[in-house]
Amino acid sequence: MASGLHESSFTNPVVRWIDQRMPVFTMMQKEYGTFPTPRNFNYFWNFGALAMINLMIMIATGIFLAMNYTAHTSLAFDSVERIMRDVNYGWLIRYVHMNGASMFFIVVLIHVWRGMYYGSYKKPRELLWILGVVIFLLMMATAFMGYVLPWGQMSFWGATVITNLFSAIPLVGNSIVTLLWGGFSVDNPTLNRFFSLHYLLPFVITGVVFLHVAALHITGSNNPLGIEPKGPQDTLPFHPYYTIKDSVGIVVYLIVFAFLVFFTPNYLGHPDNYIPANPLSTPAHIVPEWYFLPFYAILRAVPNKLGGVLMMFGAIAVLFVLPWLDRSPVRSMRFRPIAKWLFLLWTVNFFVLMWAGGKPAEGLYVVISRLSTAYYFAYFLVILPLLGKIERPLPLPESISRAVLRGGGPLPGGAAAKPMEKA
Amino acid sequence: MRVLTTGKAAMLNGLKGAALAAALALSPLALGLAVPAAQAAEGSVAIPDARFQHDRMLGTFDRGALQRGFQVYKEVCSACHAAHLLSYRNLRDIGLSEAEVAAIAASYQIPDGPNDNGEMFERPGRASDRFRRPFANDAAARAANNGALPPDLSVIAKARPGGGNYIHALLVGYEDPPPAGITVMEGMHYNKYFPGHQIAMAPPLNSDGQVQYGDGTRATVDQMARDVTTFLAWAAEPELETRRAMGIRIILFLIVLGGLTYAVKRKIWADVH
Repeated sequence: MASGLHESSFTNPVVRWIDQRMPVFTMMQKEYGTFPTPRNFNYFWNFGALAMINLMIMIATGIFLAMNYTAHTSLAFDSVERIMRDVNYGWLIRYVHMNGASMFFIVVLIHVWRGMYYGSYKKPRELLWILGVVIFLLMMATAFMGYVLPWGQMSFWGATVITNLFSAIPLVGNSIVTLLWGGFSVDNPTLNRFFSLHYLLPFVITGVVFLHVAALHITGSNNPLGIEPKGPQDTLPFHPYYTIKDSVGIVVYLIVFAFLVFFTPNYLGHPDNYIPANPLSTPAHIVPEWYFLPFYAILRAVPNKLGGVLMMFGAIAVLFVLPWLDRSPVRSMRFRPIAKWLFLLWTVNFFVLMWAGGKPAEGLYVVISRLSTAYYFAYFLVILPLLGKIERPLPLPESISRAVLRGGGPLPGGAAAKPMEKA
Repeated sequence: MRVLTTGKAAMLNGLKGAALAAALALSPLALGLAVPAAQAAEGSVAIPDARFQHDRMLGTFDRGALQRGFQVYKEVCSACHAAHLLSYRNLRDIGLSEAEVAAIAASYQIPDGPNDNGEMFERPGRASDRFRRPFANDAAARAANNGALPPDLSVIAKARPGGGNYIHALLVGYEDPPPAGITVMEGMHYNKYFPGHQIAMAPPLNSDGQVQYGDGTRATVDQMARDVTTFLAWAAEPELETRRAMGIRIILFLIVLGGLTYAVKRKIWADVH
């Protein structure tokens, strides 16, 4: 054996030659071929792969949009419409990119929800979860700056409202806002830096996604039962079992995506963003994109500006410490009779916040926003720590294979999971 | 009954949140079905559904209405409203011939220059020119319109809640005299569907036969409003027909692909269940 060469198991001479010098084929085979994966995933485990696909779609369409976009306040709006009219398939590329942002948030929100329901954030996957929250934050920053680029009314006023939030920070707030704007109001320098950062951040996201996947491949995936695989009888090689299962999910995802793009491309947007930005005319109601509405509702639920800003960022920050707030050793909500219902209530509450965020901040809407905000935080800061002490979880199944091979389908709650039962 | 509302854009957005919740919980279909669920906001007037054929999920533009609508735009709207994102060549899409487009373009004097002497000049339009703007700039437009700025109509159908239904309603929604008890400010006009009900634009379509249609269609106010709305819907989304045709093919393809993929998945998994 030649010294310094990797010992490759590939026989194709070209593949082997490369693999001996740079074992990427061995690595791919290990991480995506034979990688042992719990055999009991349900379709919620598609959403990580879907998010990856979505990121690639956004980068691919974004590169072609950037070739035709002009980042200048007097040209941006028309350059976007020129893409829609005069660039070959420009309307397709732009509608895919625009609705791709919404699809990205739908996919990632479901991915996060799955992590919360099945306790994927718990030891030993805390860092994996934290990297995920970092990706979510980067996504929000990227989406926000992307929405500014068409330079419509909501672009301009959304940018004005959101960047102004930083002025609530004591002492340095106003300086930060000036820095963000590159001047003393949202104007051409703001648009230029947002375009630059909007192009940069997706590659930062790609980097963190790489770390997220690297961490995942150390701990291995969680699964719907929330118990660790105990041996080969509990796992399947990633390929072909999960490559094909993910493929099914990808096609369904593409159908939903295609429906949005081809039949209701502007449904999730706001009509005001087809009015060119006008600093002299404020829209009646400034509303962010739908995926920011829950956090927008939290912001407006607090009567104090700094308090509102802190609560809004706190709503994400609390996710970072979720692995330590949830004291229960049981991961999957299937075996947590109380936490399960309080978490489903939290989920409904999230949609209530989303609804309230789109309403004017007045009257009953404010009351509802406040109650919902209170429950949003109470779930993390009070309910989860307490339940770890007082909740009696249902008995966990002995192993994944024992639970799965009983009937083939998912377990109906905990009832079927009596450890002593024979398969 | 499908209704949309004037103003209160935020109401729509709240509903989007709710619709999205439904979409996440149920299926892609829920998203589409949630659209007509919009309800009237407090104090505003519900916009009647004008039932345009291009508003249907798989609808196409009525070619006759597009050409008549362009005539209404040309003879009425374009006196004050620009549509600067459109070029004369785009009119080929609504069924005009190359010669007709060239003739229409040539009937306008387009500012160009500077020439070799450094002077700006005007020349007859070409098919590649953008629609000529009625005013040199916004200030000139305001000066000629009692201080109000007539909005550019290129994407107006995408830029108003309710889209074409709103434009149609606005064009036929004038009431003179205004309803009892309402005083309209000097130079303003009462319109049932305009947010705030007072609009600077005088009724643009005010009498039957205002436009002489070449195809024998009776030019009632409602007909003219419908035709020009169809034209503006096309102007805002000229790709609409291509988009829907492509969408059907892509979704049908994906359904077949999905069936095949699922069959392969079942086969691969058959031995481990």
